[in-house]
Amino acid sequence: MFAPKHILLAACTACTLTITPALAQQRYNLGRPATPAEIAGWDIDVKADGTGLPKGRGTVAAGAAIFAEKCAACHGAKGEGSVANKLAGGGGTLNTAGALKTVGSFWPYPTTLFDYIRRAMPHNAPQSLKSDEVYSLTAFILNVNGVIDAKAEMNQATLPKVQMPNKGGFKQVVD
Amino acid sequence: MDQTLERRAPAEEARAPNPRRAFLRRGAALTTAAGLLGAGRAEALEPEKAAPALLPPNVPPWTRSQGGPFINPPYGLPSRHEVGVVRVLPQPAAAFPTGSRTPLQNLHGIITPSGLVYERHHAGVPDIDPNAHRLMLHGLVERPMMFTMEDLARFPSVSRIHFLECSGNSSAELKKPTGKTAQEIHGLLSCCEWTGVALSTVLQEAGIKRDAKWVLAEGADGAAMTRSVPLGKALDDALLVYAQNGEMLRPEQGYPLRLFLPGFEGNMSVKWLRRLKLGTEPFETREETAAYTDLLPDGTSLQFTFHMEAKSVITFPSGGQKLKARGFYEISGLAWTGRGKVKRVEVTLDGGKTWVEARLQEPVLSKALARFRLPWQWDGGPALIASRCIDDTGTQPGMGEVLKLRGANSNYHNNAIQYWKIDADGSVQNVRA
Ligand code: HEC
Repeated sequence: MFAPKHILLAACTACTLTITPALAQQRYNLGRPATPAEIAGWDIDVKADGTGLPKGRGTVAAGAAIFAEKCAACHGAKGEGSVANKLAGGGGTLNTAGALKTVGSFWPYPTTLFDYIRRAMPHNAPQSLKSDEVYSLTAFILNVNGVIDAKAEMNQATLPKVQMPNKGGFKQVVD
Repeated sequence: MDQTLERRAPAEEARAPNPRRAFLRRGAALTTAAGLLGAGRAEALEPEKAAPALLPPNVPPWTRSQGGPFINPPYGLPSRHEVGVVRVLPQPAAAFPTGSRTPLQNLHGIITPSGLVYERHHAGVPDIDPNAHRLMLHGLVERPMMFTMEDLARFPSVSRIHFLECSGNSSAELKKPTGKTAQEIHGLLSCCEWTGVALSTVLQEAGIKRDAKWVLAEGADGAAMTRSVPLGKALDDALLVYAQNGEMLRPEQGYPLRLFLPGFEGNMSVKWLRRLKLGTEPFETREETAAYTDLLPDGTSLQFTFHMEAKSVITFPSGGQKLKARGFYEISGLAWTGRGKVKRVEVTLDGGKTWVEARLQEPVLSKALARFRLPWQWDGGPALIASRCIDDTGTQPGMGEVLKLRGANSNYHNNAIQYWKIDADGSVQNVRA
């Protein structure tokens, strides 16, 4: 019927949705193998444990400069929001009528921020940023949210370890 | 953010389907006031205003002359008198518009014409050359594969009728009654016949590794939209669709290829599908963490609430329409559930005190819109009408129940009962009962 009941049912429905049945079905021999080079060009997702993060590094200071140039027009100088989303603030508001969801107040994983900027931002030129730029922008946005220190460097090893304030804020229902 | 979808300003009214088109649903082939007023505005049918020269005993000009030519235009259009039946954007216009809405109150039966299917994009509508479109399938598979559209069209195909609903549909109503018409409030809802290949068939082609549990679906648009889909759903009834209502997908519906997950929130049916990657866990993308998660009153959120639950709405009479005179009307509306088939629809005429069973149009299809109808004599007095959908899992909840359990910040999956208040002057309004 509707969600609250599903919370109770979560444990069992999660299984039915994720079961892998024994598979012995016909093949049609359509399509062709994807080459490693082809896959490398499109395989841009980054998982919560950091799998998929590319080599490279970025700092808050470098991120501030890139943000001013490529992001601030839509998101405000420090991510306070403009024509597009607020990227900072909202801490402590989630259980109030004025709940404000931002990277700092709401996002559970720092890796999602890297993934999203790399695939979708800047809005007017998606997939145009280099890895170092994405690390730097990620560092800057985490810093304006008070999540990481101004001196912190973000890279394959450090980013997945960043603890987001709302990390424990999600119940996985899978239904 | 989806809340911005819910507002429309008066400026939009001029272009919006006119709410007072109530009598159009009678299906009579009559000249409408819209035609007399010219394009761009649809008015309620006003047969009493037709010029006497067009009425018996006179014979109108369209009977005394040859009509227009064939294939004019080659891809046919609705009558010029129906120009007001269009999708609308929320107003005031957002800097980055998010979605357009289906004119539910102007539609008949259960199929949404392709040109009226709601849109929700995150980076506009890409113009994709089907010859240059590829589907990559990799991750936990035996054989990473690449498919052209030609390859995909060669697989055994399947056609199914299913609804598609954005989980942000009706969300502004959680705060207060906001929209005026069924379109504004519930128009992120459509239903089409979808044709493509079963996703399970294509996954077999690559061979699924034993530890695979989730499938990442990614679009080729500027948002590179990504969602994680449980493998169980992928192997159950998921489709890779390339056609809709008998023709190739419309660009705004994912041309040339979209994932289609019957009964799940619309965002997961990733459009312009370019990549599927199998993994052991959900991929925790922005659209399943920052967005499309349901914030509860205690500040925690539900994640992966995929099913669109039992819901219904009366589309006639509905918000913004007007009943001209007392007498017979057929109450009509739509019911649906992502859990399977609609079992029953009940209608109240007295604000929820008593409920009567409406008639369902057969066949009732699984995870499709169902049309319900109830004959009604309007006595000219005020009435508070609503419908509720019953499926295998229970009865559609009232707003009070939804707010108690999910809260006004939950933003997604509002399936509360919609009440319409009919005043003695026949006008119909969106209210909370
Ligand atoms: C032209 C305007 C524009 C520019 C420039 C732009 N963005 Fe965005 N950004 C948007 C819009 C619009 C959205 C919301 C997209 C959606 O919801 O699908 C968004 C969303 C985001 C989000 C997600 C916010 C949330 O809470 O979900 C992040 C993070 C972000 N942008 C970062 C950046 C960064 C970093 C840059 C610079 C490299 C950038 N943006 C440049 C318009 C812009």
